[in-house]
Amino acid sequence: MSAAAIEVRAVEKRFGNVGIIRDLNLSVAQGERHAIIGPNGAGKSTTFNLISGHIRPTSGEVKLNGDVISGLRPFEINRRGLSRSFQVTNVFARMSVWENVRCAVLWATGHRYAFWKNVDSLPEVRERTARILDDIHLTHRRDVPAGLLTYAEQRELEIGITIASGATVVMLDEPTAGMSNAETERAVALIRRLTEGKTLVIVEHDMSVVFGLADRISVLVYGHIIASGTPEEIRRDPKVKEAYLGEEAH
Amino acid sequence: MTTATTSTSKLADKSSGDGLRFYAVWLMGIAALIVLPMIFSSGGSLTSFSLIGIAIVFALSYNILLGQTGLLSFGHAVHYGLGGFAACHMMNAVVSHGWPIPLPFIPLFGGLGGLVFAIIIGWVMTKRAGTVFAMISLGIGELVASSSLILRSVFGGESGITTDRTALPKMFGWSFGPQLQVYYLIAFWLVLSAIAMYALTRTPLGRISNAVRDNPERVQFIGYDPHVVRYLAFCFAGFFAGVAGGLAAINFEIANSAYLGAIQSGLVLFSTFIGGTAYFFGPILGAILVTYLQLGLTSVTSVWQLYFGIIFIGIVMFSPGGIAGLLMMHRPLVRAGTLWTVIPSYFVAIVPTVALACGVILTIETVSRYSGGEAINLFGIGFKPQSPVTWIVAAVLVVGGAFVARLTWRRIADAWDRAATVARDRGYLA
Ligand SMILES: Nc1ncnc2c1ncn2[C@@H]1O[C@H](COP(=O)(O)OP(=O)(O)OP(=O)(O)O)[C@@H](O)[C@H]1O
Ligand SMILES: [Mg+2]
Repeated sequence: MSAAAIEVRAVEKRFGNVGIIRDLNLSVAQGERHAIIGPNGAGKSTTFNLISGHIRPTSGEVKLNGDVISGLRPFEINRRGLSRSFQVTNVFARMSVWENVRCAVLWATGHRYAFWKNVDSLPEVRERTARILDDIHLTHRRDVPAGLLTYAEQRELEIGITIASGATVVMLDEPTAGMSNAETERAVALIRRLTEGKTLVIVEHDMSVVFGLADRISVLVYGHIIASGTPEEIRRDPKVKEAYLGEEAH
Repeated sequence: MTTATTSTSKLADKSSGDGLRFYAVWLMGIAALIVLPMIFSSGGSLTSFSLIGIAIVFALSYNILLGQTGLLSFGHAVHYGLGGFAACHMMNAVVSHGWPIPLPFIPLFGGLGGLVFAIIIGWVMTKRAGTVFAMISLGIGELVASSSLILRSVFGGESGITTDRTALPKMFGWSFGPQLQVYYLIAFWLVLSAIAMYALTRTPLGRISNAVRDNPERVQFIGYDPHVVRYLAFCFAGFFAGVAGGLAAINFEIANSAYLGAIQSGLVLFSTFIGGTAYFFGPILGAILVTYLQLGLTSVTSVWQLYFGIIFIGIVMFSPGGIAGLLMMHRPLVRAGTLWTVIPSYFVAIVPTVALACGVILTIETVSRYSGGEAINLFGIGFKPQSPVTWIVAAVLVVGGAFVARLTWRRIADAWDRAATVARDRGYLA
């Protein structure tokens, strides 16, 4: 049995005196679709930041495919095959949609800091960028600066940038937040297709999305995971009912 | 899948169509550089063209930082100046050792001078962007400028390092004594540097620099270290600034502390910003305009810096995209064929705007010449700074001009809005 894709062991995070994440333990198996749910301010985005290297844990350890990654810089973690999106859209506003996705393809295709290659004549970069634009339904908007896209389009671009590197572990922070029902449906289908065969960690508030998509679910309350299991187990868990689902039951 | 392939082939079409126009523009630029001295052959214009060529290379190098990577430097002249000193020392060494290196290769050593300093100082400087980078660049600029007066063996103190460009080995029988030959040398390096700097924008590093400019945080999550990106951009900018400094050293046959001081750093920021940082050709326009203004204004007024300041403030306030941004705003209107609806309002606005400008000029000159008493010559009309008539004319021009100009500007804005709406409806982004 290979190592877990993500293994979070006894992670604590304090901002000043406030402990935001307390004794966090989380294990995501290879190829699993794992949803993290929890009330506002529970620390879901902070958990993403801790795993992706955006912030460092005060104590504890994070492993990616069996290797310790806590303490590494975000780009080092990204190069090891973990890619994340942001809850608040975080794109390259003045650059075109095409350039946004292409930049996210460059490192993974091995072009790195090259200053001796013409970026327009790299066939594999071009094909991959075109395919991702096609996947996220933004081909017709390819020359528009990302800052001028509609909200839903920006959210789709956010997903496109995240998956562009071909990372095997993909983390999406509320990808459908603020979308209409139709848009959400389309985005979920997109996520399902694009993360085929990959490990997915997703934060999501929409329970129908969560229970439809996830293989396993973890419930985070006040910086601590109170339950982790299959959707069926989570649905039945009395602690979860009390802390979280109870409020949404009707 | 089919859509993916069509979009790829569409891209290929697009880039080959763009490619033709692209080569045409560059070839026209090169042709212009070749024939310019044949049309304007006076010594004065040759000197101006040479200075402009140097200023363009310098401004383009600055835009690698400001426009492409989002780094605001107040000390870019350090690399220019060190390039100049490196070139002077190299020329003197070539002469004294009898090395077989002709003059046209010297700017390369200027570039290396700028590059080496960038390599040494850049890693620490580019750790952070924004205000931190700007402040450090200011400090380094001051540091190097003051060192240049203290370290006499390298910088030659107040008098600087002199050299004789004609003493180097000849190439194609050219001695590079006449200004015309120096002009062509500068033009050659201008073309070479401009092509190289343009090519740089089309590389993976160039595109990632743009990404770092837009959002350094997100860059980290697509595999890049923004620090490395900034550092590499800084090194390229240092190299091409050094080339410009080397060209200046050849042109003036001297390098001194003025090359690397704050005034020079301010001037390149000024040129680049006025020209417009968002387009590759912006700094070229800025360098041409600022060099001409500098040459032209210094001969007619002693307070030319004041005019620079006013122009700068005007651009920052009314056209943050610079001249290039102003020009490119018209592109969607041209494509949609609605530009002609705006042009008349421009003509209407010219008269009061020029009147306002004349009023401002008259006011400034009156104030600056009041105690000296020299007469003011405004487009052939004489004014006495002590005469109340002058004051009244200035006041009328400023107040009346501003009042009427505002009305006409509003008409431009209205006409513009209508034209842009039509352009947008026709599918051209405005
Ligand atoms: N950099 C920081 N400094 C101080 N406090 C922070 C910081 N980042 C997050 N917090 C706090 O940590 C708590 C958890 O925030 P987080 O964004 O992780 O919640 P979340 O579960 O993602 O919530 P939401 O559902 O609203 O997105 C919040 O109370 C927040 O104010
Ligand atoms: Mg959150």
